[in-house]
Amino acid sequence: MSLDVTTRVVRVRPAPVRAIRDAKAVTWRYLIHYRRVPQLLIFSTIQPVIFVLMFRYVFGGAIDPPGPTSYVEFLMPGIFVQTVVFGAIATSIGLATDMKSGLLERFRSLPMARSAVLAGRTMADLSRNVFVVLLMVAVGFAVGFRVHTGLWGLIAGLVLLLFFGYALSWIFATIGLWVGDPETAQAAAFPLIAPLVFASSLFVPIEQMPSWMQPWAEHQPVSVTATAVRDLMLGGPDTAYHVAQSLAWCVAILLVFVPLAVRRYRRAV
Amino acid sequence: MADGAIEVEGLKKRFGDVVALDGIDFSVPPRSIFGLLGPNGAGKTTAVRILATVLEPDGGRATVLGHDVATDPDAVRRRIGLAGQFAAVDANLTGRENLRLIGLLTQMETSAILPRAGELLDRFDLSDAADRPVRTYSGGMRRRLDVAAALVPRPPVLFLDEPTTGLDLPSRNGLWDMINELVSEGTTVLLTTQYLEEADRLAQRVAVIDHGQVIANDAPSVLKAQLGSTVAELGFEDEPIAEQARALLAGRHPGVEREGSTVKLASNEGPRLLIDILRELDGASFSPTTLAVHEPSLDDVFLALTGRHAEESGGDEQPAAEGRRRRRGAA
Repeated sequence: MSLDVTTRVVRVRPAPVRAIRDAKAVTWRYLIHYRRVPQLLIFSTIQPVIFVLMFRYVFGGAIDPPGPTSYVEFLMPGIFVQTVVFGAIATSIGLATDMKSGLLERFRSLPMARSAVLAGRTMADLSRNVFVVLLMVAVGFAVGFRVHTGLWGLIAGLVLLLFFGYALSWIFATIGLWVGDPETAQAAAFPLIAPLVFASSLFVPIEQMPSWMQPWAEHQPVSVTATAVRDLMLGGPDTAYHVAQSLAWCVAILLVFVPLAVRRYRRAV
Repeated sequence: MADGAIEVEGLKKRFGDVVALDGIDFSVPPRSIFGLLGPNGAGKTTAVRILATVLEPDGGRATVLGHDVATDPDAVRRRIGLAGQFAAVDANLTGRENLRLIGLLTQMETSAILPRAGELLDRFDLSDAADRPVRTYSGGMRRRLDVAAALVPRPPVLFLDEPTTGLDLPSRNGLWDMINELVSEGTTVLLTTQYLEEADRLAQRVAVIDHGQVIANDAPSVLKAQLGSTVAELGFEDEPIAEQARALLAGRHPGVEREGSTVKLASNEGPRLLIDILRELDGASFSPTTLAVHEPSLDDVFLALTGRHAEESGGDEQPAAEGRRRRRGAA
């Protein structure tokens, strides 16, 4: 048939090349959002700053961290983790918005990689996390947080933190595509996040919780990651063990939720 | 399969208990405009979504330029453009950025993307707004950008799902001219519409869809000839008077119907018909209280084809998210 692609400017690229190009294009699209709507970035920063001030200066006096660390040193790694957990909600809302607006339907009719929308969205959220987490580190230093393990400890802690945030964004991507509506996505996030963030070692040492809550609080991914990040930044006898535990959680989350999210995407209309 | 640009055979799709497509067939010749005409929920959007590889069919077969939508969706995607019912553009990107994104994702040669975007923005009268975020655009501008986005990779086959819904008259006429131009350049267009007038203005052939089935497939002129090109509606004071008027007119003209206190008739010779019936009514001392003359509508086509009014059958034409939720509830 004469009306075929050969007469046009469209190219057939090898699958891996296409997957990377398409993911880059989608990442570019979402990063423009942060430039066009800076409020997205401002509000995702204000909230953890408020948490820092609240826990550092209001509740901090009532909480006694284990060992020789001061409360602000105990608190800040918890705040870093909390920042990436709350940030992951944006992945969910963003994808639900695209689904509702019909954009995902258009994307699904294009000769683009099926992985690109999810890969691009999660990459854009990772970039945002880099920015917000670095800002929080600066806030931490301003309120008296100090790293005990030097620059490499700080960097190792941040890399683990960002990897954990990346894994979480796949959970929220799945939820966003599942509910398909931004308001519902927002509402669905809280019941999931509350037990992870508040029944955890983020703000309060686990020893101070009721004994029935302690097993959950100790082994759930948010606490495990907070402990590993604390160890990396402040030092501790079981650092390698805690980091391995956190990495295991991240890998497990990705193994479950990457296929789930892609499956949802293929069916999302 | 025959050599149409789009071939559809026995296509079926159901969502839970709702049958959206109940085995439809049609064929669209290359370089022509084909209209899918039907009320909300008839199955038009489902058909377009399957052809655009967004949905998978439950049964039957469909090909675009010889490529099967179910077994080789990627080949289909490289040959089509889709403008859905809702302007699917990114409100936070500028018009130009939206078109660039589509260019990248349709695997265009990178150097060809921005010139093509500029050309389309010009053609759709969006050049002045090209570098403004789309959230500042009017509804008509978004719609035009949406159609422009579908055209970025110069697809040989174009799907337009109710392209003029929500457009004002000048924009609608502009889009109609554009669609005709594309076809003269060699594009094949499948469009869905609820308006007989639109199908008549654009399409060489029209399939009328009702409850997931094709109930007519013909040239629009043939469909209209069955109806008469003009429909006259005369309102009377009350039903008994209207009934008397109907009886009077029915003796001399075919296709006279009464609904409540309104008498309706269709004819191919509009002006002559009006003069005649008004003279006849006046001779019998009937004076209508209202008089309306219009082109036949989708509803008139339905009445002629099925003996009942076009109704919304709660099918698939809702916004995407609502449609999904309903389906899950039904599953």
